[in-house]
Amino acid sequence: MAEETKKFMYINRKAPYGTIYAWEALEVVLIGAAFEQDVSVTFMDDGVYQLVKGQDTSGIGMKNFSPTYAALGDFEITKIYVEKESLEERGLTLDDLQHLVWEDEDEDWAEKDSIRLVNRAELGDVLADQDVLFNF
Amino acid sequence: MSMLHLVNKSPYENGNLNTASSIMKSGDVLLLIEDGVYGAVKSGKASAMLEGCAVSVMGPDLAARGITEDKLADGVNVVDYAGFVELVEKNDKVQSWL
Repeated sequence: MAEETKKFMYINRKAPYGTIYAWEALEVVLIGAAFEQDVSVTFMDDGVYQLVKGQDTSGIGMKNFSPTYAALGDFEITKIYVEKESLEERGLTLDDLQHLVWEDEDEDWAEKDSIRLVNRAELGDVLADQDVLFNF
Repeated sequence: MSMLHLVNKSPYENGNLNTASSIMKSGDVLLLIEDGVYGAVKSGKASAMLEGCAVSVMGPDLAARGITEDKLADGVNVVDYAGFVELVEKNDKVQSWL
């Protein structure tokens, strides 16, 4: 019997360096990607800060793990939801975030955007459609 | 008697910045560090709480979070670790809003 594929959603709601949650979440997402499930990732509330581009941690003695988000596409994680209300409250736009892409092998490796900007109601629908939710 | 108020949490996560900025007296200084620096971003809703306060913010914490100085609210003063020490020295007391 073929194993059932489940929809896994990782929800990120914390800023990147004040706590270890963001980094731990990224590690769990990458490990989880090896199990060939249908993986999605959400960034909402302070979690949207994780994707802000131009991070330079040389002055605080911590590892800058933000370049790793660009590798999610290579792990076939192509559905990255960013909540619109969270960006707006913080005075951010999509232009402030890294441009995350994946390559679609069914379309001659065409580069496609991974980030899907959704409002809270739409995000509620996305979450309702998942099988397993992981919160960080 | 002046007090240095430290805030190290995001204003979108808890009410520490709101408490600190509203309890501050004239002559006090607010220093935003770690995730507290998000409060200094001009386009963010939380920056309204800084009005009328003398505000400093840690430069290395801004850089780590990808916030450039042009994004800061007007009048916010960027300091380094030496500037942090100077503020501690200059004020009579330090209150950390943990």
